Amino acid sequence: MSEHATKDHAELAQDFNIDENRVDWHDETLWWIRAKRDKAVNQLPEWEALREAASLIKHNVLSNLDTYLLQFEANAIANGIKVHWAADAAEHNKIIHQILKDNQVTRMVKSKSMLTEECGLNEFLSKNGVEVIDSDLGERIVQLAEEHPSHIVLPCIHKKKEEIGELFHKHLGTPAGNSDPQFLTDTARAHLREVFLTRKAALTGVNFAIAETGEIVVCTNEGNADMGVNLADVHIASMGIEKLIPEKKHLSVFLRVLTRSATGQPITTYSSHFKRPAQGKEMHIVLVDNGRTEQLGREDFRNSLKCIRCGACMNTCPVYRRSGGHSYHTAIAGPIGSILAPNLDMEKYGDLPFASTLCGSCSNVCPVKINIHEQLYKWRQVIVKAGHAPAAKKISMKAMAVTLASPSAYNMAGKTARWVLKHAPFAVNNSFNPWYKHRDMPEAPEMSFKEWYSVNRKSSK
Amino acid sequence: MTVGLFIPCYVDQFYPGAAIATLQLLEKLGVNVVYPKNQTCCGQPMANSGFEHWTGGCNDLFLKNFSEFDYIVAPSGSCVLHVKEHLHDDTGKASLNQKVYELTSFLTDVLKVTALPAKFPFKVGMHQSCHGQRGLHLSQMSELVAPEFSKPGSLLNMVEGIEIIPLNRVDECCGFGGTFCVAEEAVSSKMGIDRVADHLDHGAEYITGVDMSCLMHMEGILRRQGSKVKVIHIAEILNAE
Amino acid sequence: MSTLSSRELIIERATKNKPEQSALPDISLFEKNNKGDLTTFSTVLKNIGGSVHLIHNLEELVSIVMEKYAKDNRFYSPIEEIQKLINQTPDNSNDGHDLENVELAIIKAHFAVAENGAVWVTDDLMGNRALPFICQHLAVIVNENDIAPTMHEAYLQPSLNDYNYGSFIAGPSKTADIEQSLVLGAHGPKSMTVFVEVN
Repeated sequence: MSEHATKDHAELAQDFNIDENRVDWHDETLWWIRAKRDKAVNQLPEWEALREAASLIKHNVLSNLDTYLLQFEANAIANGIKVHWAADAAEHNKIIHQILKDNQVTRMVKSKSMLTEECGLNEFLSKNGVEVIDSDLGERIVQLAEEHPSHIVLPCIHKKKEEIGELFHKHLGTPAGNSDPQFLTDTARAHLREVFLTRKAALTGVNFAIAETGEIVVCTNEGNADMGVNLADVHIASMGIEKLIPEKKHLSVFLRVLTRSATGQPITTYSSHFKRPAQGKEMHIVLVDNGRTEQLGREDFRNSLKCIRCGACMNTCPVYRRSGGHSYHTAIAGPIGSILAPNLDMEKYGDLPFASTLCGSCSNVCPVKINIHEQLYKWRQVIVKAGHAPAAKKISMKAMAVTLASPSAYNMAGKTARWVLKHAPFAVNNSFNPWYKHRDMPEAPEMSFKEWYSVNRKSSK
Repeated sequence: MTVGLFIPCYVDQFYPGAAIATLQLLEKLGVNVVYPKNQTCCGQPMANSGFEHWTGGCNDLFLKNFSEFDYIVAPSGSCVLHVKEHLHDDTGKASLNQKVYELTSFLTDVLKVTALPAKFPFKVGMHQSCHGQRGLHLSQMSELVAPEFSKPGSLLNMVEGIEIIPLNRVDECCGFGGTFCVAEEAVSSKMGIDRVADHLDHGAEYITGVDMSCLMHMEGILRRQGSKVKVIHIAEILNAE
Repeated sequence: MSTLSSRELIIERATKNKPEQSALPDISLFEKNNKGDLTTFSTVLKNIGGSVHLIHNLEELVSIVMEKYAKDNRFYSPIEEIQKLINQTPDNSNDGHDLENVELAIIKAHFAVAENGAVWVTDDLMGNRALPFICQHLAVIVNENDIAPTMHEAYLQPSLNDYNYGSFIAGPSKTADIEQSLVLGAHGPKSMTVFVEVN
């Protein structure tokens, strides 16, 4: 699934930082979205209470996940919806393929679903003779570029309009050099309209699934989910099992916090409630586990399942903004991705929890109050104990642990370090020292504080 | 009341001025300060790198050195946060975690300082170190919809002649992050460069904060740039006359 | 070797791994229990790219849209009174594809939401589910007495009790996927006008 499987976050981030102007552009764009979020949430004096309510509702969901799943299934079936269960990504893909085969569909239109990215659905269907067109403009752009989305809400935030113009020129026949967003969007509108009008099957994600009523809610700004579904004969909805909420009225909380957190809008243009398929049409929901019940069992990490996929953590993360979503080499990037992915494959994604300074900004913009930065810290302990720390790091950490546990060893080490800095700076001021690449080393003082204290203060312990 | 002075390892070795200022400031305010000479490190650099299970030695040494004080005060937000959240105390005595304070919060919350005989007539940028701010709640964070406050800020406002400059991003992380500063060098440096630029753009002559680690990282960048702007720990400003 | 179905496996694992019971919060505390403000609604809707017109009757609406949109384009409405006023050619199709060339669709909404400029429309008001999305321009009628202040009051409305399909529609369709430049009219309608019936 990932084209960067061999490089870790640090290496990919280093590549990303080669073009400093581009980093600034990426960073400032996402910070601007964080600023829009701040403006929107500060208009609601009850904002923090809403976060708390959203968090508590999700805690209740996790503590009753089995009951709500069964309740949802029963109600959905009563609504005329066909419910499928997929234990993992492969099964999810197989189920969807089967539904398409049953309906003789070889061309499908899809609206945004990060779950299908997680499962590698597009690649799977393509290998099996089914064409999938992503209808969300950002996703269509990355699809044409043969890339994966770099952000869960803003799929091509890493692309400049000139690059998009080039893509459209190559694939959709627009004039070379035209990068006007209005013109390009109009082109995409016409191109995708033809897709909507001709596809018999439409796949959507699920933002919220209501246990009480067996309906699902899909939120878009473009209207592409509704266009696709309402013109097709078959609606397939892919859903992670954690997307449940208990009652319809709880949507009032979630629809108030979701988009304000994501983009600073009070609500998406369309918040569509799909309860029963239209006359003569079919609706399917695929409930997907793919590691979620496993995460549910991890006491320290289960709260990551509260996530409503708003992306606010990515927008605020100073590391994400300066390394880009692709440097996380996984479907869902950024802070939330870094606490979800190690559950799927600790070795492959063991680098992600370390791609952070633990600043805590993410946890405090999260509308459902996931303690992301604390989970990042805890994943580090788990990953190291599981044996996935690089050997060099282990050795230096052991040395540190021994030195710092002994006052005399510590004093000697400190004195030596200061001596080297003062008398043999070349030993550290070189390209072997990563600190030295962009920073000077600190100056060595004459005395440590300890030494100063023993000279200047008589009484000492 | 007796206060045990806890000095972060890198402050002890490379920035003793911050420690001296902390000691002198507390003494000026009438506090009986004792500095346990056998202290080393709180263990944070290892714990944050995933090796918390190897910090037992540091943990025990800390308990041994600091159990008997009424308060433990340190000129560092991140070290204090680490001790508060990760120190293991099985001795059954009163929990050490409650008694550990970062310097500025000790001054505002325990000593309830309202005036300082300090003078520092310069333009100063206040860097909000993340662990102190979001972890210890030394000041309000921009992410929350909540009333503004700042313990370090309120103390700086008592200093004569000081001018605190505004910033574009009031509490973005500087990028030090412990071993992150070398493990993810590219992003770490870029974050530091951006943070420094914000202060420079607003005319800072000094950059201050509660954590010398952040300041050390920004100083490295400033010196590489040949800048005249200096970093200074907040204790040194509050102690300046 | 387990012969459980995926369904049984997932439920079994969820049962085994779920945390201790955690109670639901009382969200009625968020209800404002007052009527939504028309000025707030109008301001928000305009900020998100929509337009507002105050009308006393449907004739006024029709005369406004006749001026605004070219008369030789297709106007479509499931509302009988509007159909008469615009001389709509009757059709028996319930296929959304047949609405592909609709320039302006005129529908009713149950109510509006002041805090976010949205209107709530269900399938029985849409005529065809594709209509509010496939048209080039959308006009929605709502009564000034049917404005909820926030989503909390919205979900208490009777029209939220049951429906086959419904959508909160807030302004025209839009995207900012190309370097965050806001473009109205992504796939759904390029413009959205709310006609508020006042006394």
